[in-house]
Amino acid sequence: MASALINVPAKAKRGDIIEIKTLMSHIMETGYRHTATGEVVPRDIITSFACRYNGTEIFRADLFPAIAANPFITFFTTATASGKFEFEWIGDNGFSETASASITVE
Amino acid sequence: MGINHRMSRREFVGGGAAAVTALTLPLPAFAQAAARVVVIGGGFGGASCARALKQVDPKLQVTLVEPNRTFTACPFSNNVIAGLRSLEEQQFGYDKIAAGGVTVVAQAATAIDANARTVGLADGTSLAYDRLVLSPGVDLRFEALPGYDETAAAKMPHAWKAGEQTLLLRKQLEAMDDGGLVVIAAPANPFRCPPGPYERACLIAHYLKTKKPRSKLIILDAKDTFSKQRLFQNAWKELYPGMIEWVSLSQGGKVNSVDPATNTLITDFGNHTAQVANVIPPQRAGRIATIAGATDNTGWCAIDPVTFESKSAPNIHVIGDACIAGSMPKSAFSANSQAKACASAVATLIAGRAPEAPKLINTCYSLAAPGYGFSVAGVYQPKNGLFTDVEGAGGVSPADVPRDFRAREADYANSWFATITAEVFG
Repeated sequence: MASALINVPAKAKRGDIIEIKTLMSHIMETGYRHTATGEVVPRDIITSFACRYNGTEIFRADLFPAIAANPFITFFTTATASGKFEFEWIGDNGFSETASASITVE
Repeated sequence: MGINHRMSRREFVGGGAAAVTALTLPLPAFAQAAARVVVIGGGFGGASCARALKQVDPKLQVTLVEPNRTFTACPFSNNVIAGLRSLEEQQFGYDKIAAGGVTVVAQAATAIDANARTVGLADGTSLAYDRLVLSPGVDLRFEALPGYDETAAAKMPHAWKAGEQTLLLRKQLEAMDDGGLVVIAAPANPFRCPPGPYERACLIAHYLKTKKPRSKLIILDAKDTFSKQRLFQNAWKELYPGMIEWVSLSQGGKVNSVDPATNTLITDFGNHTAQVANVIPPQRAGRIATIAGATDNTGWCAIDPVTFESKSAPNIHVIGDACIAGSMPKSAFSANSQAKACASAVATLIAGRAPEAPKLINTCYSLAAPGYGFSVAGVYQPKNGLFTDVEGAGGVSPADVPRDFRAREADYANSWFATITAEVFG
């Protein structure tokens, strides 16, 4: 059950620095663990995260096995115009999730 | 009488003081004179330890330092919150302990001089000791939760120390309208009574279901897993369908701050405004442990699990919620088990011998409703400097059993409380 949590301010003044918070539920299995019978538990991680603001990419992160389950990613940006933030998580085994949030900039 | 201690480099750097004292103590002279043991804290740990010391060696001069003349027990206090029990049933005095030859001093300990081996009391007097046992329980880390402090706790009770706070939460629930929202904020590990927030959710839900059935309860949790989780979650479904919502850490459940003016709990992903907000903040060892130099940077007390002696403060032993006991949970039963083992170790050290490694037990009952109980039990032994589970011992109640099984466990829970309080205070 993949699910994204995002927190984008509903409103901001033009030029404000705003904090954006995201959390994606994901097991982030490293690929380095073994079962009791010695078999490798296959890697299953999110490999990339990106955020677009009115179509322009403003933040991107590559994720690696050392990152814990349920990656919590926060970052700051400048509120420039009303519109939409779009978020995308991509990972192993065809994992792909998106989420979006609107902001009103006055 | 070799006290051999193989040190890692980390221990050598961090635990120099303890290593030095291990070489200089115990002094055989203590075996002759009546040795003085001071116990600070009159809860399940300290009161048990004071009594056990007198039982192990009646010649010991044992002093119990506890400012409150009445002890209010936390186990079963969730029943008080739910209106199923009176606070008086939780309260115990120290008369019987004093009658057993323990000197009970109704003062707060305010200072400890580990070199001079003295305890300073609030009235300005001091007590000398040969060995000191600290059982200070927990302090709430108000600074760890912005917006929350003692004033805020009068509006958003923690009820994590039984007494006035327990009654305050009870009163707020009674005053709440049907259809109100109750929010419990549960802290990250480690904290006092790991199943406590979830038992509390059950028993509050029992009250709501009975008296205010349109109400709802949300648990905002800083964890993704918790004690007896499957049993609790099954009970929520079975007994309180649709009433209890658990928001885990990975679902954004961690409360970052609170606003007492509006009764709002704030997480990274939303605000929850509650009619009744029960905020259980992060915790640390009781303050006297830090004054004694017995806490480390976690806020808890690292101990040698064989002797319970502090790794940083010589001749000072720490038991109960305040100590780092590995797999042993911070519970009344753990404190009681540790207290008896510690008393034996202290008496053995005073006699100039080396204590043997103890095996300790913890059992913890939870009630999901009146007549619906389940339990977890464990057996622990020292390993690599911590208490670790003895494999194959203990376990939790089975998941799929008929209700009469749960009813019997609820009876056992009552018996457990009667037995342990009789042993400690009766």
